[in-house]
Amino acid sequence: MTALLEVKGVTKRFGGLVANKDISFSINAGEILGLIGPNGSGKSTVMKCIMGIEKPNAGQVLIDGVNVAGWPTHRIARQGVGLVFQHSHPLQRQTILEHIKLALLPDNLFMLATDHGVTRRAEEIAARVGLSKVMHRLPRTLPFADLRRLELAKAIARNPKVVLVDEPFAGLTAAEVADFSQLIASFRADGHAVLLVDHNVKGVAALVDRVFAMYLGERVAEGSAEEVMRNETVRRVYLGGELKLAARPERDGKGRTPLLSVNNLGVLYAKATALDDVSIHVGEGEFVSVVGLNGAGKTTLFNAISGLLPYSGAIAWRGESLSGRTPGSIARGGIVQCPETRELFGDMSVRENLDLGGQHLPPAGTARQLEWLFGLFPILKSRQNQAARTLSGGEQQMLAIARALMMQPKLLILDEPTLGLAPVILEQLSKAMETLRQTTDITVLLGEQNVTFALPHADRVYVLEHSRIVWEGGPGRFAAEAGAGYL
Amino acid sequence: MFRSRTFLLAAPALVILALLPLGVDGYILGLLTLAYYYAVFAMSWDLLFGFAGEVNFGPSFLIGVGAYTAALLNHYWHWPIPACLIVGSLAAVIAGVVLAVPALRLTGPYFGLVTLVAVLLLQNVIVLFAGVTGGEIGLDLPDVLAIDDNTNYYYALSFMTVSGAILYGLSCSPVGLILQASGQDAVEASALGFNVAKHKLAAFCISAFFSGLAGAMLIFYLGTASVGTVVDIAVGVNVIIAAVLGGRRTIIGAAVGSIFLIGAGEILRPLGQLSTFVVSAVALLVILFFPGGFLGRVLQAGGRE
Repeated sequence: MTALLEVKGVTKRFGGLVANKDISFSINAGEILGLIGPNGSGKSTVMKCIMGIEKPNAGQVLIDGVNVAGWPTHRIARQGVGLVFQHSHPLQRQTILEHIKLALLPDNLFMLATDHGVTRRAEEIAARVGLSKVMHRLPRTLPFADLRRLELAKAIARNPKVVLVDEPFAGLTAAEVADFSQLIASFRADGHAVLLVDHNVKGVAALVDRVFAMYLGERVAEGSAEEVMRNETVRRVYLGGELKLAARPERDGKGRTPLLSVNNLGVLYAKATALDDVSIHVGEGEFVSVVGLNGAGKTTLFNAISGLLPYSGAIAWRGESLSGRTPGSIARGGIVQCPETRELFGDMSVRENLDLGGQHLPPAGTARQLEWLFGLFPILKSRQNQAARTLSGGEQQMLAIARALMMQPKLLILDEPTLGLAPVILEQLSKAMETLRQTTDITVLLGEQNVTFALPHADRVYVLEHSRIVWEGGPGRFAAEAGAGYL
Repeated sequence: MFRSRTFLLAAPALVILALLPLGVDGYILGLLTLAYYYAVFAMSWDLLFGFAGEVNFGPSFLIGVGAYTAALLNHYWHWPIPACLIVGSLAAVIAGVVLAVPALRLTGPYFGLVTLVAVLLLQNVIVLFAGVTGGEIGLDLPDVLAIDDNTNYYYALSFMTVSGAILYGLSCSPVGLILQASGQDAVEASALGFNVAKHKLAAFCISAFFSGLAGAMLIFYLGTASVGTVVDIAVGVNVIIAAVLGGRRTIIGAAVGSIFLIGAGEILRPLGQLSTFVVSAVALLVILFFPGGFLGRVLQAGGRE
């Protein structure tokens, strides 16, 4: 039997970054493959290369034997590939049924009317995904799960040979997950080849026939869900090899004075729950890690604290509520976030980026702070005059952290500093973290999916899963109590 | 379609407009005639902005090419008006394609900037070759559509009605649906197998055709082609304001917006210079607080919930 989808040696580079390196796998008719990897591992890029949204630099993508690598997306779609998007952008004035009819239309400029058969087929598809009751309603009146059903319906309408599903269960409740699993399993029953792209094995284990795991653009494991979960490399990627813990000397009063307290925080994105009843607290001088996979809600939590998002619940800084304060005023109050996306000014030099962070300091203060930072990140000193965009990923991350430190924060929020970085860079970053922790009294709130990086420095750890805090404790107890649920 | 809310609103309005010459003087009819041509400009523009999701900052490029092609043919070679109109609108389509094929490859604000530059280029060419084009003074035409106010009025009204019906019908058709999907999320539309570039280009051609035709008809109504009436950036700005004011993605709203804009400008004429200011301020307020425009709200309430 020939595979419906065959990916052969696909390589994709973005400038110097290799997002996919020689990726090969195949999916037969009636088979579900889980493509998993942490944030930044390149799994989405693989999906985009298959769909033609990105063009691979090398390698082949065979759909039922036809090499489509490099074709425009619409031709690949017609060749028999359907993509179920994670986020839908439905049209505002069209009903659900009209959206499904859209997916049934041929790519023709002279289609001025549809026949009755199209409507009937659209109704059948609506019934199949469970949208019958709401098919005459507008998308904005529907809950999130129904919008995802609509995306599935559109994929079904095209009757593709190969179905790609991006994060099938993100933002869904347990009951909805069960419904969706059934729908996806029905693709398999109908003889489609299905690719599920997700962050971890656990989420898709029940559904997939095989799993292909990626890390830093490369294949790290392949096999049944159990095999992959047992795989040493996979365990190291998700859990870290052996966890090195560096308990730091207790200091008087550390963690006693509450600096930040977050109570019953809730955040909604349109209709999807991003955070649900989250409560955390950070004491003065504490180093707190929030670990969770991509999509768990870490960035949302930090953005809520920084005042960038509307939320329910309460956030207090030194006992005073932060609600109603602008992001600028919160930052000036001492909460400085170093975002996941780094947000450097790419055309400015390293020095200019740092000077911007130190705007409010007196000149003497700036000089002192700079000198200290160059001690912390020596590489930045030699790169002072280079444009920020020409730095490597690791150097950019160091610069982002250094710029945040220029603002002399009371609380430094680091959102996934390890994103997409190679292990050797992680070590350097880790050392800098340790120096920061041992030699200053700064308070740090770190968000990470990389446990190896998050645990050694932490005084306390929270685990965030599916928008909720599911575990809290010291780093020493993490592996025993929370590690298993994390793969 | 005949039971749709839009039709129920448009049909009685058109009947009233058709009866106007019975009781309204020539001056107001002349004003409305102008407004109807603007309505076609704005409706064509809405097909691009509201449906294809592309902001064309230079509607007057397409209008101007159509108008000046027709004007030159009539002025120098005395072609009959229908022939000038046909060639004028085809010239607008060709100019549109020449502009759109490279411009549609660009994303984000760059498409808009290219269209804006195109207007400036056209304006410069006309002024530079003043010997042929009449430059800033304009080119007078030997022929006009009609001398009689009423006849001119009915020409414009029927032209607007037919163009509006075609554009509106198109927007509601399956092709309109695909176009709207392409405008909303090009990646998603192409993942459904639609050639986004092809659909957007087709929309641009249709928009160019009606803009060029309306531009050509407008100059045969005015009896002269000048930069100030069919090419100037200000013409394009008015078209855009009219379309947004009337309601994005409604087609008919663009016509309502045009009639409002020209009508309001006239009613406020006693204010002198201030009238432009007041009209602009109203437009700004509507865009800021009701981005759906006049018709946005009315039509949205019609959605089945």
